Amino acid sequence: MSSPSSTPSKGKRGRRSNPQTPRSDDVRSPPSQRRRTDDTSTGDLPPMPTSPATDMRSPARHDTSLFSSPARSRRSAPPSEIDISSPLTYGTPSSRVEGTPRSGIRGTQARQRPDLGSVRKARQVDLHSDRAAGEEAPASEQSVGQKLVIWGTDVNVGTCKEKFQRFLQRFIDPTSTEDENAGLDLNEPLYMQKLEEINVVGEPVLNVNCGHLQAFDADLYRQLISYPQEVIPTFDMAVNELFFERFPDSILEHQIQVRPYSALKTRNMRNLNPEDIDQLITISGMVIRTSQLIPEMQEAFFRCQVCAFTTRVEVDRGRIAEPAVCRGCNTTHSLALIHNRSAFSDKQMIKLQESPEDMPAGQTPHTTVVYAHNDLVDKVQPGDRVNITGIYRAMPTRLNPRQSNVKSVYRTHIDAIHFRKTDEKRLHDLDEEAEEKLFTEERVRILRELAAKPDVYERLSSALAPSIYEHEDIKKGILLQLFGGTRKDFSQTGRGGFRAEINILLCGDPGTSKSQLLQYVHNLVPRGQYTSGKGSSAVGLTAYVMKDPETRQLVLQTGALVLSDNGICCIDEFDKMSDSTRSVLHEVMEQQTLSIAKAGIICQLNARTSILAAANPVESQWNPKKTTIENIQLPHTLLSRFDLIFLMLDPQDEAYDRRLAHHLVSLYYQSEEQLEEEFLDMAVLKDYIAYARTYISPRLSEEASQALIEAYVDMRKIGSGRGMVSAYPRQLESLIRLAESHAKVRFSEKVESIDVEEAKRLHREALKQSATDPRTGFVDISILTTGMSATARKRKEELAVALKKLIQSKGKTPAMKYQQLFDDIRGQSDVAITKDMFDEALRALSDEDYLTVTGKTVRLL
Amino acid sequence: MPTVHDWINSPLGVVEGIFAQYNSSPDWEQKVLDFFREKLKDQEAASWVPSLNDVPLHYLKTSSLVKFRCMVQDMFDPEFYVGVYETAAPPPESKVLKLGKYRDMTDCEVDLNSKHVVTMERQSFYCVPIPGESQWVKDGFARCSQARVLPSTSYMPQRHKRSHEEEDDEMESQPHKQKEQLTGNHAATDPFGHGDTKRLETGSQGANAAASGCPHSLELNFPLPGEMGPACLVKVYEEWEKFKVNDVLEVYGILSVDPLLSVIAEEREGHFVDSMDGMESLEEQRAHSPPASLVPRVHMLHAYRLQHNNPLLPPAASEVSSGFLGELASIRAELIGFLTHVLLGDGLAAEYLLLHLLSNVYARRDVLPLGKFALNLSGCPPSSSYTEQLFRVLQQLVTCSHRVGMSLGNMNGLHFTPQKDYTANRLRSGILQLSPNTLLFLDETQLQQGQLDAAGVRNITALGNLISWQKVDYDFSYHQMEFPCNINVLIASEGKSLLPSDCHMPLQPQLPPPNIEEYMGALQAALPPSLLNKFRIYLTALRHQEYSISEELTKMVEEDFVEMRKEDPQSISADDLHRTLVVARLLSLSVGQSTLSRDRWVRAKHLEARRTSRTQQRTINSNEP
Repeated sequence: MSSPSSTPSKGKRGRRSNPQTPRSDDVRSPPSQRRRTDDTSTGDLPPMPTSPATDMRSPARHDTSLFSSPARSRRSAPPSEIDISSPLTYGTPSSRVEGTPRSGIRGTQARQRPDLGSVRKARQVDLHSDRAAGEEAPASEQSVGQKLVIWGTDVNVGTCKEKFQRFLQRFIDPTSTEDENAGLDLNEPLYMQKLEEINVVGEPVLNVNCGHLQAFDADLYRQLISYPQEVIPTFDMAVNELFFERFPDSILEHQIQVRPYSALKTRNMRNLNPEDIDQLITISGMVIRTSQLIPEMQEAFFRCQVCAFTTRVEVDRGRIAEPAVCRGCNTTHSLALIHNRSAFSDKQMIKLQESPEDMPAGQTPHTTVVYAHNDLVDKVQPGDRVNITGIYRAMPTRLNPRQSNVKSVYRTHIDAIHFRKTDEKRLHDLDEEAEEKLFTEERVRILRELAAKPDVYERLSSALAPSIYEHEDIKKGILLQLFGGTRKDFSQTGRGGFRAEINILLCGDPGTSKSQLLQYVHNLVPRGQYTSGKGSSAVGLTAYVMKDPETRQLVLQTGALVLSDNGICCIDEFDKMSDSTRSVLHEVMEQQTLSIAKAGIICQLNARTSILAAANPVESQWNPKKTTIENIQLPHTLLSRFDLIFLMLDPQDEAYDRRLAHHLVSLYYQSEEQLEEEFLDMAVLKDYIAYARTYISPRLSEEASQALIEAYVDMRKIGSGRGMVSAYPRQLESLIRLAESHAKVRFSEKVESIDVEEAKRLHREALKQSATDPRTGFVDISILTTGMSATARKRKEELAVALKKLIQSKGKTPAMKYQQLFDDIRGQSDVAITKDMFDEALRALSDEDYLTVTGKTVRLL
Repeated sequence: MPTVHDWINSPLGVVEGIFAQYNSSPDWEQKVLDFFREKLKDQEAASWVPSLNDVPLHYLKTSSLVKFRCMVQDMFDPEFYVGVYETAAPPPESKVLKLGKYRDMTDCEVDLNSKHVVTMERQSFYCVPIPGESQWVKDGFARCSQARVLPSTSYMPQRHKRSHEEEDDEMESQPHKQKEQLTGNHAATDPFGHGDTKRLETGSQGANAAASGCPHSLELNFPLPGEMGPACLVKVYEEWEKFKVNDVLEVYGILSVDPLLSVIAEEREGHFVDSMDGMESLEEQRAHSPPASLVPRVHMLHAYRLQHNNPLLPPAASEVSSGFLGELASIRAELIGFLTHVLLGDGLAAEYLLLHLLSNVYARRDVLPLGKFALNLSGCPPSSSYTEQLFRVLQQLVTCSHRVGMSLGNMNGLHFTPQKDYTANRLRSGILQLSPNTLLFLDETQLQQGQLDAAGVRNITALGNLISWQKVDYDFSYHQMEFPCNINVLIASEGKSLLPSDCHMPLQPQLPPPNIEEYMGALQAALPPSLLNKFRIYLTALRHQEYSISEELTKMVEEDFVEMRKEDPQSISADDLHRTLVVARLLSLSVGQSTLSRDRWVRAKHLEARRTSRTQQRTINSNEP
């Protein structure tokens, strides 16, 4: 059938009125629409408890028609008005009998669900009767029978309930990976275990994955999506019957509510259209604003000042029709509102904005209003990324009650049923992109095909920043960085987690397109941040505490490093960064966390980010006669945390120039189609990386471990011959990460020796560039790890020895002039000795307690 | 009144007619669009439609067809509305199907329960007049307009409000029109419009005051400070995905200034509290439903993206008449001559300024924008008002321009990047939200020593990003969003600018005139208006020409580069090749050639060599590091 809900004004909407929303159509709705109060479970309650929280079940169930006089909508409505046939009332009429202990379905109070539109009564029509006639003739309501469907839908309550119970009892999902199901036996019916959990924990909410429902019974799923307002209460009922059958003694705060989530209908806010009105939808987005809690009066409580007669009046469109005459004593205007006996429900307005990934380029994001009710209030905070499942609503706007014109625009909002924070799982160590990025089978096939090609590594690295010429190894390094190693967690055994992210530093002459490379990477990864060392401060990188101007509340604002958790943080002009800012990076680059202790907030944030930094040499041009450290003047403690350090230098070679020129010129005259092609490449590359990061976590094979060990031992050997350390465990870790990442590129679950080979090669290349001692021409890792090459250290020692000899040769002079000593040693030595070197040597000797330097004199001890 | 104009005066009647005709089929929507598209194809017919840009709002009748030349500043959320509805009449009367499309309000009781009600979706764009549009462009468009309403009263200060009788009176409006032509011509003879600002003021004040007399508490959210003109909420019914923020559009649509829309706004501000309305903040109300008298609604029937906003050219700039191409060489020579005088006799700088004015980002290769040519004119005389005068002259040549004095106050105080205002739920505009091909003139001579605060640093970074990557990061508070742009940045400074630029051009004035204002004034006065118009056509038309490099030339360029590197590997880098390629491209375009020729390449290299020798010489002279 054509969905009646595509037009918000068709019957269903006209009948089921929502007390908290102004409705313009009620007034004109056909008089044949008989309104009844319905309240079955709470008809003759003893006086209401004063706490509104426990007493929120009934008010909304009253009808809110304008036509119903206050008397008719009162709680003390005659029992004849109770709609026994309605399946949507909670419990049976007999549940009104109080006095039994509050357990079992009869004793447990149902809780109002404003999220569904609060009127739970639904009319049924005979399936076989003419649908059109049904609109005018509600007579069939009175009859009870299995063929009945809820008016305006094709939902039969009985079957629907049965189907859902069957689903709960039988659904098994052996492949479940959701973290909610952790600890459950996957081969047992999933939701029965959840019911048990409810019994134990006592939280009467059952979250149901719509995907499961669809897999189990597609028709039921369709009904749920199309008629959530009718179907969900039916589910509620089914669940409660089942639950209290199993656990008759269970005591719950209120009856179990079913909260479906992950409806597949809609994923993107931009795709919402009038078809979706009144349907169950799931959209993702970011919370940008939440309102204060709004206590919404559902029902006003009046007491006569004269005779203490009490009456309840429902709130209709935000207004209370105050009874003018007391029905107890007929005094006029004697009724006073008693606030704390009126019924309120919690409500909160949430503004949801499209997440940046969903937005087409060049457009501004859309926003949607979401209303959260009761316990969903304050579940989300501004800035949270959430998936919201709810019912999409549209309300006509009445501009002015005195005017006949209606603004022809509807107000739309979503009544939230379920929130799911997408970044919630940062707490656990699961890869979150699994949910965010869904790949079609077709896409996966393409990616797999690509992965099977033997030259996939070269292909991908050449697809990376094609506008940047050559620098193949650097691109390969960045490619490996994009994939990252395998995350290992040994925290249970006390060894802590191991970093999986690869950090890369590019240094080189200005104008060698370092920034361009950074920009490219920043655009490629979904969670990339780009900052410039010059423009960022420590707080900009980490996090800062700020006072929210609205709420006067202290809020932790996260900086670039935290924002790029699981992404790449690109830092340009790394050398221009102030020392205090750089010191922040120490923790991030090895421990992958950020500790903050300020303004009373002490916390540790995850910052599992790879860092891609670019630094310029101190003397505008790279000086090949100096070491890397001397060229960029960065502390070695920081440098040693980079897995790969590349130099981007101008090779000054004719063949290179020729290729470069060709590349650049072709950049300028390539046609639109070629551009298009390339764009596709980028999309494929993006997906390829996302897929590999999500699904592939390679482990070291025996063979690869051996190769790694050998590689490490070899590296150590190189140095030991010359009396220096040429590799540290950090280098081994780097090798492992690179090898793992290379295996990921191949979509291989196993790290094999070819991966190790490439890792070794790349690592060696990078070292060759950055850790070559300009004085000897050897690769010397200690340049990066200690900031000084071994030869330099040796020379320093030699100088100290020479100086000591010189002093000793001077005989027993207790004090010497500094300048004179300097001149002497310079005259004696055959190599040039700078003042710095001399000072170093003096310091070394004073450390030996041989002498002290005070001002301009050197004293022997 | 001739029937031809029915579709202009009561387009809704036409729409309803078509709707009735195609009652049963859903085709009517397409038919309506086709009808108007067909009508507007004719340039002549299109010029009959009054334009919101030059006709004050109160001269226009509600629900008549209007056009609006504008830039999309923000996109609001989609709206669901009653597309087709049934009147709710008491039973004896028959119910009538009515149309809710292209309107803000229904005009009678609605039976929302009827099954004939169709809900539809539309999108609203907040549109502002093109930021920084030069006065000559505005005047030019106003003159072209043949709208039957009094055209362009903007430069006739309000005399009297015209009554309805007058409006219908052909006899009365005819002389007005002629008179208008006269004043229009008069304006044209004074091409450099020294009275610009004055005229703008009277015009806008008139329009604003007449519009509603509304207090200025309602901010119209123009990107540039001091902008005038109506902002508009354009309701888009079809294919809104194809429009983007900052697009320049010509919108044809039905004007709606229903006073009821304003009434509502006022009532909401009052104590009438609706339980739903309580949730929307006052600011949001103001931003999203401002009084219609201030921000009229236009229901779009037809719109297209403008490639340029030069009134002297047909909308598609590529169709340049062959006669014009013949004149190219002489126009170019004249223009160079004129610019040389403007730049105080520096011919080389004039060449580069010309190239800069022609530059255009024509493609992007991953992150790299191609074709940008930000120019830094250093060596501008600091004390005098030279930069200001220079900008005045450029304003006369280009269609859109804006000058930012980079004083400390401005850098710290102005909003450069647009920012999302979550309270009002709209994008608060900033200076860098400009339409494509706008000339942004940064006057660095105004910068003094002092402290930049956080906002100032952000602004400088934004300018740097704009120049290097041709993109602006809009601030969405929780994240930044990148919007590509196409803005020509010209930096005038004393020494080398602190901002990056593609090309640094030290100015070497040959003849420092005693009084710059007088000199510039005389220069402009000496320029005949017809020639000025040719300059304008030249600059707009050539910017969008196609361009390519042949295989053979590619080889030659490669060879050349290798040679140059051999000779001097230190000073020639890839960047230089980039720049020379752009210079060669612009140089070819400037003489109307669509491919690179050997001569042009040599000439480009020559120009570059002259320029670099000048910068190096300067460096030595001034001992700059």
